[in-house]
Amino acid sequence: MSGGAPGGTGAQRRRGDRRGHGNIVAPLPFPAAARRELGNPQLRANLRRATHTIRDRRARVVGETPDWAHLRAAGAAIKDDVLARLPELLEQFEAAATAAGATVHWARDAAEARALVTDLVRGTGSAEVVKVKSMATQEIGLNEALAEAGITVVETDLAELIVQLADDTPSHILVPAIHYNRRQIREIFADRMPGVDLDALTDEPAALAEAARRYLRDRFLNARVAISGANFAVAETGTLVVVESEGNGRMCLTLPETLISVVGVEKLLPTFRDLEVFLQLLPRSATGERMNPYTSMWTGVTPGDGPRALHVVLLDNGRTDTLADPVGRQALRCIRCSACLNVCPVYERVGGHAYGSVYPGPIGAILSPQLTGLDAGANRSLPYASTLCGACFDVCPVRIDIPQVLVHLRQRDVDARRGQPSPERMAMRALSWVMRDRRRYAAALRAARRGAAPLRLLTAGGEVRRLPWPLSAWTSSRDAPLPAARTFRDWWAERTAHGGREDGRDQG
Amino acid sequence: MFPATGRAVVRVLERLGHTVEFPAAQGCCGQMHANSGYRAEALPLVRNFVETFAGYEAVVAPSGSCVAMVREAYPRLAAGDPDLAAAVNEVVPRVHELSELLVDVLGVTDVGASFPHRVTYHPTCHGLRTLRLGDRPLRLLRAVRGLDLVDLPGAEECCGFGGTFAVRNADVSSAMLADKCAAIRDTGAAYVTAADNSCLAHIGGGLSRQARLGSGAPVRAVHYAEILAGPEVHP
Repeated sequence: MSGGAPGGTGAQRRRGDRRGHGNIVAPLPFPAAARRELGNPQLRANLRRATHTIRDRRARVVGETPDWAHLRAAGAAIKDDVLARLPELLEQFEAAATAAGATVHWARDAAEARALVTDLVRGTGSAEVVKVKSMATQEIGLNEALAEAGITVVETDLAELIVQLADDTPSHILVPAIHYNRRQIREIFADRMPGVDLDALTDEPAALAEAARRYLRDRFLNARVAISGANFAVAETGTLVVVESEGNGRMCLTLPETLISVVGVEKLLPTFRDLEVFLQLLPRSATGERMNPYTSMWTGVTPGDGPRALHVVLLDNGRTDTLADPVGRQALRCIRCSACLNVCPVYERVGGHAYGSVYPGPIGAILSPQLTGLDAGANRSLPYASTLCGACFDVCPVRIDIPQVLVHLRQRDVDARRGQPSPERMAMRALSWVMRDRRRYAAALRAARRGAAPLRLLTAGGEVRRLPWPLSAWTSSRDAPLPAARTFRDWWAERTAHGGREDGRDQG
Repeated sequence: MFPATGRAVVRVLERLGHTVEFPAAQGCCGQMHANSGYRAEALPLVRNFVETFAGYEAVVAPSGSCVAMVREAYPRLAAGDPDLAAAVNEVVPRVHELSELLVDVLGVTDVGASFPHRVTYHPTCHGLRTLRLGDRPLRLLRAVRGLDLVDLPGAEECCGFGGTFAVRNADVSSAMLADKCAAIRDTGAAYVTAADNSCLAHIGGGLSRQARLGSGAPVRAVHYAEILAGPEVHP
C-alpha cells in the first residue's frame, strides 16, 4: 500500500482483513442446490437454448477478430497492472473524480456500502430510485436494504426488471432472467407489472419490450435519484463507464438530479486509452456483438447537463483479501462478461441459482468463495462444481485460468481442514501410498481382479450395475466396468518371460 | 484398469518397428489427488513418475488427461522444490500422448490397421483444450481401413466425468452424460472412441445402462489405441 493519503482516507482505511458479505454466500452445498434445479426440465430447456445462442454469436465475432489473442493478453496485462498498483490508482481516481465534482466514498464491505447509499438517498428526500443494471449492488444486497428503509427501487434493465417483478434473484451475470422463456415473462408482466395493458400484451418480444418501455418511461421522467454500477473506472481522468444494450441505463445516468455509482475497486483502468482494449473485449465476449449499442461515460458533474450531484462508492467487500492470494487474485481481472457461464456445461444444466451467489458459473465458483472466505455458508462446495473441462479459460477475455484457480481453492480447502477426520483424505492417502510403489500397486490391481471374480459370474456383459457407497453415486446412472481378468502387468511379465514381442493375438 | 489399451499401444508401436519398455516401477500420475486438492498426497507420485521415466527417449501414455497432468500441473506442483522442478523440466518434454507421438514425433498417420465399423470420436477435454491434440487422433482414425468415421454433434462439450466430480456431483455429471450419450446414439455409430479411458468408462457405462433399460441401440466405448491395433483386438 502506498499509504500517505492525508487524514487516513482511501487506501489506508481499506487496510485490514475484511471479508466479503452479501448475496455471495451459498446457503446450500452445490450438489444439493444443483439437484433441486435439475428437477426443472423447463429451466434446462431455457438455459440450453439461451446459452447456445450467445455462445455461437460470441464464437462468430471473436473468430473474425484477427488480433484476439493479443487483445486478451493486453486485457490481462492491464488488469494485472491495476491489481499490482491498486492503492495508488485508487487514490489517483479519487483525486481526479473529486476534482471533476464527484464525491468519493469508501466502503469496506457490503454493510458499509448499503448504509452509505441508504443515507445518501435519504439525504435527497426522494423515496424512489431508478437503477442501472449493476452487479456490485446485487452483490451487497442494496435493493433489500433500500426497501427496508422505505425506498422504492425500480430496476430499469429489462431482464433485471423481470427478475424484480417476479420477486426472484438473478441467475446470470449478463442476462439475469435467462432462466425464463418469453411465455413465462408474459405471465410475470401480466401478474405483476403495474398498469400493464393486458390486451396488447402477447409473448412476442416486441410486445414485451413495449410493455416495459411504457412502464419505465414514467419512472425515468419522475426519478430524482439513480443508482448505477460501472464497468470501468479510469484512474487517470476519474471517468466512469457503463456499457449496455437498451439505453435504459443512459436514461438513468442523464435524467435524475443525483447519481450514486457503486464500483468494485477492481474495476479500475489506469488510463483512458486502456478502454480501447476493453471496449473490444467486453461486447464480443458478453453479447457476441462487435460493439454494444450504448456506451456511457461520465466524469464528475457538468453544470446544465446530467446529474447535479455524483457520489462514487468504492467497494472492497473481500477484494483486498482476494488480492492477497497470488494464484487466486487473477479472478479480480474479471470484467463480468459471462462468456464462461455461456460455455460451461455445468452452468448449462443447473443455471445460476444453484451457485447461491449473484456470481454464478465458473467465475462465481472462484470469485464468491474468495470474496467471502471458503468457510462462509456452503461456499467451500463451489470450487468442486466443475469437471475442469477448461471451456471457461478458453473464452475468458482476460485469460483467467479458472481451472487452475478451482484446483488451487480445492487445495486451500483441503489444507484448511487437515486437522479434521475425513474418510476422503484417508482414501486419498491410502491410494497415494499404494500407487507410488510397484509392488503395492500390482498387488492392489490383482486384489481388485480377485475381488471382482465372483461378480463376473453374476453379470452377463461384464458390467457392474450397483456398487456400495460411495461408488453407488457412480452406478446411479452408469454401469461400472469390471476389473479385467488379467492385468497389463501380468500380461507384460508373462510376455517378457517368453522372450519379448507380441504374437499378434489378444489374450485378454 | 484397462489392460487392452496398454496392449494395443504396445502392438501399434512394435508394428511400426519400435522397442517398447514398461518400467514396472511406475504408478499413477497423481491427477486425481492433485485435482481434488491433495497436493501433499500427489507429490510422492510426481517424484515416482520423474524417477521412473528419467532415462527414456520418449514416454507415451494413451491418456490425454494424464499427459495434461504431467505437462501442466507437474511444473506447478514441483515449484517449491528446485531438485524436483529440474527433474520435471527434464522429463516433461519427452512425455507424449499417443497421437502426439505417432503424428508429431514419428510422422505416422497410417498405422496399417483395419476396423470395418461406424465410429464416432469424442475429443476429451484435456486432450482438446490442454494438449490441443486437434485432429491428430482423427487423422489416425481416417487412415484405418474400413472405418466409417461420423461427426459427433456437440463433440467439444464435456461428457461430465471430471474425476471425483462424477461421484461428488453425481446428479450434474449424469445430466451431462445423458446429453452426451444421446448425441452419440444419434450418430448411428457402433463405437464411440476417445483418448481417455476414464471418460470412456463413464460414457460406456452410461450407454450400457441406457441400452439395458431400453433406450437405444448399444454403442460400445473403445479407446482409439485399440482401433489402431486392429483388426485382431476388436474383430
